[in-house]
Amino acid sequence: MRGCFAIYYREVLILKKKLFRQMASMAVAPTLYMVAFGLGMGRDVQMEGRSYLEFLIPGLVAMNSMTQSFAIAGEINIARFYWRIFEEFQAAPIRNIAYVTGEVLAGITRALLSVSIILVLALAFGVVLSYNIFFWLGVVLNSFVFASLAVCLAMLVKSHADQALLTNFFITPMAFLGGTFFPVERMPAWVQNILAFLPLTHAAKAIRSASFDLVPGPFSYFLLAGIGSILFVLAFHCVNRAKD
Amino acid sequence: MIRINNLTKHYKAVQALKGVNLEVAAGELFAYLGPNGSGKTTTIRILTGLSRPTSGDAYLHGYHIERDALKVKRQCGLVPQTINLDHELTVYENMDIHGRLFHMPSRERSRRIDELLDYVELKERKESPVKHLSGGMKRRVTVARALMHSPGILFLDEPTVGLDPSIRRRIWSLIKRIQQGGTTIFLTTHYIEEAEFLAERVAFLDEGKIVAVDAPQNLMARLGAWALDEIINGEMDTTYFKDREEANRYVERQQGSFSLRRVNLEDVFIFLTGRKVLP
Repeated sequence: MRGCFAIYYREVLILKKKLFRQMASMAVAPTLYMVAFGLGMGRDVQMEGRSYLEFLIPGLVAMNSMTQSFAIAGEINIARFYWRIFEEFQAAPIRNIAYVTGEVLAGITRALLSVSIILVLALAFGVVLSYNIFFWLGVVLNSFVFASLAVCLAMLVKSHADQALLTNFFITPMAFLGGTFFPVERMPAWVQNILAFLPLTHAAKAIRSASFDLVPGPFSYFLLAGIGSILFVLAFHCVNRAKD
Repeated sequence: MIRINNLTKHYKAVQALKGVNLEVAAGELFAYLGPNGSGKTTTIRILTGLSRPTSGDAYLHGYHIERDALKVKRQCGLVPQTINLDHELTVYENMDIHGRLFHMPSRERSRRIDELLDYVELKERKESPVKHLSGGMKRRVTVARALMHSPGILFLDEPTVGLDPSIRRRIWSLIKRIQQGGTTIFLTTHYIEEAEFLAERVAFLDEGKIVAVDAPQNLMARLGAWALDEIINGEMDTTYFKDREEANRYVERQQGSFSLRRVNLEDVFIFLTGRKVLP
């Protein structure tokens, strides 16, 4: 598994090279959501007994940990189709599981960085929630799910353009429907049943409960860990298939 | 050494390799020649573990390419046709990551990077981002990177493609020096003069099949020593002669324009396949 540290080291090195640009870009969307929905539209709105901004921030944490961990797919595709560095990894004496682990860890690292930025922004907006162990466990599991999905899809697509299509189909709908901006319980029952299949719904639920100092139910954590593990194994098979 | 037994590769309807058999001795500089699409890169991809064969097998230093894949990869250095360096990273960082991928300890990585950059005359560019290097420099970095883990076999896939003649000759000198250090070199090229200058033996690959394997001198001697090119009815025709005197006697009887020159490997390839090596 030593190879996974080489893969992870490369991704972190690239992240470090453009750290300020990355951090600035990670801050743009959450800032806009906090200003527009939190301060503007949600100023007089109460949600589950809290201000809308307090309700929104755990949702943004869940959404951003999803998008940033999934963004590793873009980095993989650039390495694969543009710089052809994937071949350097394939020619090295490392197992494919080490490659997947390295990339997933890099995705989780990106997610943790983006969540830290949101928490600093939240502080600037005067919101302090409870960032306990359950909060961070939810973030890590959510990132694990979407980083593993990212590796799977990055191996399946045939071009960088295909990757953008997949983001539109998988990530954008989930970002808006997975309990980020409103409680899923407000939707009609049949919609709730559909949304219950989305990992982000469970991540948002777990992270929000932890942020509000409620004891989150274990189901969401087990589900995220289960989906993440399945996707991780699938990612391994996709890397095996990516030869040729 | 490299031993290839009846290797085939199919890509859907395309049969890229049609039963390749080959042996390359340890320490040999071997050139694998053929036009674009003949299967040269496919062979290298299979031998270095980037692609799977459809059938047949191959051994590198006694290790089977699929069953002992990790051991095989430790033996191989690969300089691919397309430069695959991380352009955002420096020369040092690119080589350091390669060393990490091959499980080299930190101190050994630093020592080897300095040694190899000195070897390829790029020591002063150690901290330069790769994106600031010229094409020839990038190519030398890919060669240095492939040598990081001291491979027993170095695969060079069209190492001088797209480089100007002076840089190409510099790369040739580098390849010769690497071989003199005891490394087996498996080189693919469609530059005939490159193979003639560098290789101890060459194999001609045509449409996925090897059509001849021998030392360049032996292959050329099959045709003769001299070649006369002339245009007959709008078509180029070449006649071969075993020595200059025989060629001169023929020339005295000829009318029209013609050129007399030494036989080269391209003549051998055209003679064997009826096609040119160049794409």
